[in-house]
Amino acid sequence: MSPEPRSYYGHAVIKTPVWSWEVPCYFFAGGLAGASAGLAYLAGLRGNEELARRAWGVSMAGIAVSPALLISDLGRPMRFANMLRMFKVTSPMSVGSWILSGSGATTTVAAVHAWTGVFPRLARVARPAAAVLGLPLSTYTAALLANTAVPVWHAGRKGLPFVFAAGAAVNAGAASVLVTPPPQARPARRLALGAALLKQLMRLTEEREVGGLGEVYLHGSAHRYRSISRACLAAGAGLLLARGGRSQSAARLAGALLLGSELSSRWSVFHAGLQSTVDPKYVVGPQRDAIDRGKRRGGSRTRARVAAGDPALGSPATTLSG
Amino acid sequence: MTLQTHAWPASYGEEAKPRRGFFTDTSVCIGCKACEVACKEWNHVPMSIEGFSGNSYDNSNELDADRWRHVAFVEQRVSADARENGGELVRAAQAAAAIAGGVQTYQEGDGIRWLMASDVCKHCTNAACLEVCPTGALFRTEFGTVVVQQDVCNGCGYCVPACPFGVLDRREEDGRVWKCTLCYDRLKDDLEPACAKACPTNSIQFGELAELRERAEHRLAHLQEAGQARAQLYLADEDDGVGGAGAFFLLLDDPEVYGLPPDPVDTVRDLGEIWTAAALAATALAAVLAAAVLGGRR
Repeated sequence: MSPEPRSYYGHAVIKTPVWSWEVPCYFFAGGLAGASAGLAYLAGLRGNEELARRAWGVSMAGIAVSPALLISDLGRPMRFANMLRMFKVTSPMSVGSWILSGSGATTTVAAVHAWTGVFPRLARVARPAAAVLGLPLSTYTAALLANTAVPVWHAGRKGLPFVFAAGAAVNAGAASVLVTPPPQARPARRLALGAALLKQLMRLTEEREVGGLGEVYLHGSAHRYRSISRACLAAGAGLLLARGGRSQSAARLAGALLLGSELSSRWSVFHAGLQSTVDPKYVVGPQRDAIDRGKRRGGSRTRARVAAGDPALGSPATTLSG
Repeated sequence: MTLQTHAWPASYGEEAKPRRGFFTDTSVCIGCKACEVACKEWNHVPMSIEGFSGNSYDNSNELDADRWRHVAFVEQRVSADARENGGELVRAAQAAAAIAGGVQTYQEGDGIRWLMASDVCKHCTNAACLEVCPTGALFRTEFGTVVVQQDVCNGCGYCVPACPFGVLDRREEDGRVWKCTLCYDRLKDDLEPACAKACPTNSIQFGELAELRERAEHRLAHLQEAGQARAQLYLADEDDGVGGAGAFFLLLDDPEVYGLPPDPVDTVRDLGEIWTAAALAATALAAVLAAAVLGGRR
């Protein structure tokens, strides 16, 4: 980062988001539900009914807690239905509300059918629909964060959706490994391990994208949760690779570690954003740099568009005598 | 790709009024805070006591849900002759930093320059708050201003980090977001907003935006001629990051000195890029799922 920019007594320039713990938890649960629906659908197509049934159950659990988390974070929870008052493409939160609604309805039908066998005809339509809706459900949350003035979120707008997508895949694989007997969980293991690797790559790409702003990940909660996330990911992936195919208890532990890693990762991204709003150097610094380097014109102009000032047309206060 | 909303004036048809706004000429602000008081009184904004901030005469610190006008007080040390020569101000500001950093002591004969400015919601042309609002509670009025409908807002909080100026905030005991309405009720009755009405020096000028902008150009030229080299119009142009603002300012130093962002951007301008990335990532997720499930032993 460039040297400390000028500021108004070091005050924050933008507001810190008022969202609380429910929001990063929802990012975790939504991604888990979304990618699990895809896993469940594909496993069903492949004829692995045992895995499909359990993955539908996982997806159902994720989709059930999601609206509860979101509604509880609202300032006026009783007005949650206003979220569906309109559809606005300029608002990822509006688009996401519709995705979540569709995903919730279709996943519920698919999961209920998988476990009880009712609504067979409806389920035939609901399964692929839930699988498809689960994809944007896993990534729109990154678009939601990117479309704010929060420096580290907006700067990472191209990479963050991939971080969330890979994270959702880790979640889906890990959760299914946790609840499925090892012989039937082979695709889930492959998913969890492959996605864990991709997640690290995506993370590195995104860190390069945000450049100097990545500094926020070296401090405070963002740093703490990122360290936890990395440690859990390494331990979980290692254990899953070594013993996950043979031992049910090892697979359970590995799945839990990977889920813990993903939850911490979402917390880290969330806190990095909050931290980058507090210090004006992250907000003013990059803006002033871009102006100084001639890349942006900025919000100010010192040159008047009239050749000479006519005091009579200036402030009334300065023309009282004239 | 740029996605924009243009609710004004097109969607109002015949009912559209000329765009109204504020020109805040900070060069004549005396820091009396009459605007803060008038705003609170007229709009029934709840009391909020910050106490002694220690930051010059500022005791209200920032704009938030319970403060829709905020007067900033900046004290700058300048050498005595700097008043004669505007260019000297740059050097003086650098010297002031050296003094604050303990490198240099306060010099005999140095003076103080006091900058005061009344901040307010900018009522941006491209208003990020309005664009991200999922409920449509934030809307653009027939005057081109941006207002929250309190009977619709569900307190989702998305507008709070979307605003590049940190204007919007949630009132915790109430759960909804509140901000300056540019006295929508008064405008409807052909009255000027309470703050502008109360301003004793006309630092806050209300009117039709086109006319205010013209007036501001003359004032800027006048100040530049008088040697105020850093005098600048802030948010007066269509080609800045928010498409120009309904409330714009004449500042005597860079925006960040007053706590304003030097290059505010409505991030919705990057929405094409953002949605593309999200869609590609969703597609990649499908590929990864398919590879894992279909691409090996069952």
